[in-house]
Amino acid sequence: MAPPVSNMTDATQTGPVLSADGTPLKRSLQKALFRQKMRALALIAPLLIFVLVTFILPIGDMLFRSVENQIVSATIPRTVVALETWDADSGESPGEEVYAAFYWDMAEAVEAKTHTRLGGRLNYEMTGLSSLFRKTGRGVSDIGEFYMDQLADLNDEWEEGAFLADALGAESWVSAATDAAANDVTAPAFVLRDGVADALPLTAHIYSRFAAQTLAEKDSPLEEDPWEAVYTALYQDLISNPNAASAVSPAAANLFTDAAAAVPNFENIGFKEQFIDIDKDWDDPEAWQTIQAYSSAYTAGYFLAAMDLMNTPDGIARVDEDERIYIRLFGRTIFMSLLITGTCILLGYPIAYLLSNLKVRHANLLMILVLLPFWTSLLVRTSAWKVLLQQQGVINDLLVWVGLVADDSRLQLINNQLGTVIAMTHILLPFMILPLFSVMKTIPPSYVRAAKSLGATNWTAFWRVYFPQSVPGIGAGSILVFILAIGYYITPELVGGTSGVFISNRIAYHISTSLNWGLAAALGAMLLVLVLALYWIYDKMVGIDNVKLG
Amino acid sequence: MSLDSSADDFVVFDHVQKSYDGEVLVVKDLNLNIAKGEFVTMLGPSGSGKTTCLMMLAGFEVATHGDIRLGGKSINNIPPHKRGIGMVFQNYALFPHMTVGENLAFPLEVRGMNKSEREAKVKRALEMVQMGDFAGRRPAQLSGGQQQRIALARALVFDAELVLMDEPLGALDKQLREHMQYEIKHIHDNLGITVVYVTHDQSEALTMSDRVAVFNDGVIKQLAPPDDLYERPENAFVAQFIGENNKLLGTITGREGDIVSVDVEGGMTSKALAVNCGGVGEKTMLSIRPERVTLNSDGPNGTEALVKELIYLGDHIRCRMTVSGHDDFIVKVPNAAGHQHLVVGERTKVSWQTEDCRALDA
Ligand SMILES: Nc1ncnc2c1ncn2[C@@H]1O[C@H](COP(=O)(O)OP(=O)(O)O)[C@@H](O)[C@H]1O
Ligand SMILES: [Mg+2]
Repeated sequence: MAPPVSNMTDATQTGPVLSADGTPLKRSLQKALFRQKMRALALIAPLLIFVLVTFILPIGDMLFRSVENQIVSATIPRTVVALETWDADSGESPGEEVYAAFYWDMAEAVEAKTHTRLGGRLNYEMTGLSSLFRKTGRGVSDIGEFYMDQLADLNDEWEEGAFLADALGAESWVSAATDAAANDVTAPAFVLRDGVADALPLTAHIYSRFAAQTLAEKDSPLEEDPWEAVYTALYQDLISNPNAASAVSPAAANLFTDAAAAVPNFENIGFKEQFIDIDKDWDDPEAWQTIQAYSSAYTAGYFLAAMDLMNTPDGIARVDEDERIYIRLFGRTIFMSLLITGTCILLGYPIAYLLSNLKVRHANLLMILVLLPFWTSLLVRTSAWKVLLQQQGVINDLLVWVGLVADDSRLQLINNQLGTVIAMTHILLPFMILPLFSVMKTIPPSYVRAAKSLGATNWTAFWRVYFPQSVPGIGAGSILVFILAIGYYITPELVGGTSGVFISNRIAYHISTSLNWGLAAALGAMLLVLVLALYWIYDKMVGIDNVKLG
Repeated sequence: MSLDSSADDFVVFDHVQKSYDGEVLVVKDLNLNIAKGEFVTMLGPSGSGKTTCLMMLAGFEVATHGDIRLGGKSINNIPPHKRGIGMVFQNYALFPHMTVGENLAFPLEVRGMNKSEREAKVKRALEMVQMGDFAGRRPAQLSGGQQQRIALARALVFDAELVLMDEPLGALDKQLREHMQYEIKHIHDNLGITVVYVTHDQSEALTMSDRVAVFNDGVIKQLAPPDDLYERPENAFVAQFIGENNKLLGTITGREGDIVSVDVEGGMTSKALAVNCGGVGEKTMLSIRPERVTLNSDGPNGTEALVKELIYLGDHIRCRMTVSGHDDFIVKVPNAAGHQHLVVGERTKVSWQTEDCRALDA
């Protein structure tokens, strides 16, 4: 007879443990936990989404912008490809094919008005490129005009928009566009005539772009003058394909045949020569080196600039002595943030100590005074500082009256680093006091009493027993104050003058004034990395577990 | 007043008063002499001023009035760190950022003792509390009982002659508490130190102390050795506070020397020892310990009783009954062979000796 097996021994037998309904216990547990997790997730989902949208995504976007450089390859794609084979170290400007590619790129960019933005972008890397691109933008149309005039000398028809539209457009499109013009509505999307793309490839391409843009502007290609570059393309196409006339509309075939016969005798100037004519800087390899160096879709250029470095043909080098600002600014920001953190500790510690030892009623009153800076508007506070700190201000008056400083050597207390330190200490002090206070509040008075009963003087009891236990509060307050300080913008802007500004002010400048968002993003990313690095060092040295907010 | 410190007044509270707010006296006219080597416990309900007294002795509170003397010298103006008094706090107050060894070395360090001497002393102190292997640990890594031992060792390591303990065992469970009571007593006996001990646990006070000062409302109600305190309470508060007590309220009808006759409310009369009562016609409270009541009419004082409730406690049976209209009269019936078996609702006799019945203040 088998011995009776109780439920207890059942459960301890090998094999999966089953719950009451026979499913494995592990699965039931997971199911129960899953439901719990889902509930927790649903509870934090709104915050999660909020943080994602307002914090993670912008930071991601910023990090992306700091390396993103697609503007060059998007604006002058052919040039970027053509430059690939050019040896930047040759000391000579590139060959004709690069200038040709550049011409077609610029022709389109000028019509789309994107060449100035590209010039602006490249100007960050090499001063002068912005105006060079602007000047060149005005010059490229002259190149097309040069060929247009020669074609117009053969026949005035060449200058007519309707003539080219009729010659190059599909018949169905031409009639539809004519109808549309009669009815005063926008013509349908442009369609090339069969065979034109093969016979006149350059012309077909640039004319299509012209037609598309004209239509986008609600004008008709039948009435608008074609871009000058179309004539450059016609010249090139007719030179290489004298039989192109067979592809165009029968009505235009005659003119095309004539032109094909005439173009070999046209006056022709190479693109390179034309560009050098526009500005001799185009003969200088340096401009091309810059374009080539920044032609990739992603670049470290902004980060180099943010570290006072630059890309040169000989590799990465430091910028000129007098242009090195960012490293110095970072250094100053860190130094002053540390200084502010230090003054906050010095001023905040005794207050927090007092607060934590006062009766609740008195402590509340003092707390209100501590929090007062939070409750006054920034403008009121700033004007108060100005009134107090300026050279004819209250504090200087007082010092002169007391006789501590002479009337002719009043102290400069605002619009310099001292002003920033004073004002920011004032603003950030509560962030030091509050964590300190809440940590000190948890230190029982019996510790100090115990120390004294063991023979420690007041000072020893404080320094050896009380202070070490308040260190977590100092840690929390310091992290808070330091991280807030290092990214502070508005106060240094208002009271820092020129010597008391922070890296954030430079970032703000690049965002709103110079519009160099890439550099702003790189500086911001560096600030972020810096804060994270300091946080890491802090964690290694103090231990983040030792940070208590209460 | 002589300055020589006779062994009997090592610690002296001389008409000490204390008020925190200038309105209420937390300690009212305290007079207490503690001999060298004595173990004195301050026992009393919470809020009765025990900690305040201890803090005044340690120097953390200033007496509003009166004089506190240690070894014959007034210490009113001596700061706490110069008093050389060891102290064990209720929450132990071990410094959390120091190891056990550093905690113990602290009082030696601030006294400028050199390192080798320090280490030797710390080692000895740790061994005394059987914690020799724990010098490298942090207080947070110790159990409550272990922390307690360390706190004790720290208060003793610098050879203080006087050690104050404020409810040092309050946070421990019953078993550990009893064990530690024994150990503390043992250490006291071995070292010959003077201990002032504060507790609100009467059994702790009774088991450990040479003398117990019973506090109530800032006043010492009785200062006596434990057996006196239990067997010869001098007033109603002490009788009620220490141990279990039967009280019978009544009026004094006559007096012969030390013996008074009392008309107990509810009809009976009893003779009692006149301990702390007024004259004829005044109210009094008779105090009789439950174990001194017998279930027969052998004693000179006795009456009928109605059994209301029986609780079986193993070694004895607790019996609540109504005696002369007082329905909270407790009798302990020892679970001896052939003891009388009571049933609820039964009427029985109770009686007691006159010496076991004390007439106290009403
Ligand atoms: N620091 C203080 N400030 C004001 N009142 C106090 C203070 N400490 C104790 N008290 C009051 O004094 C009385 C006695 O307290 P305490 O000596 O701690 O009693 P015990 O230790 O016997 O419980 C209590 O009523 C308490 O509220
Ligand atoms: Mg107390």
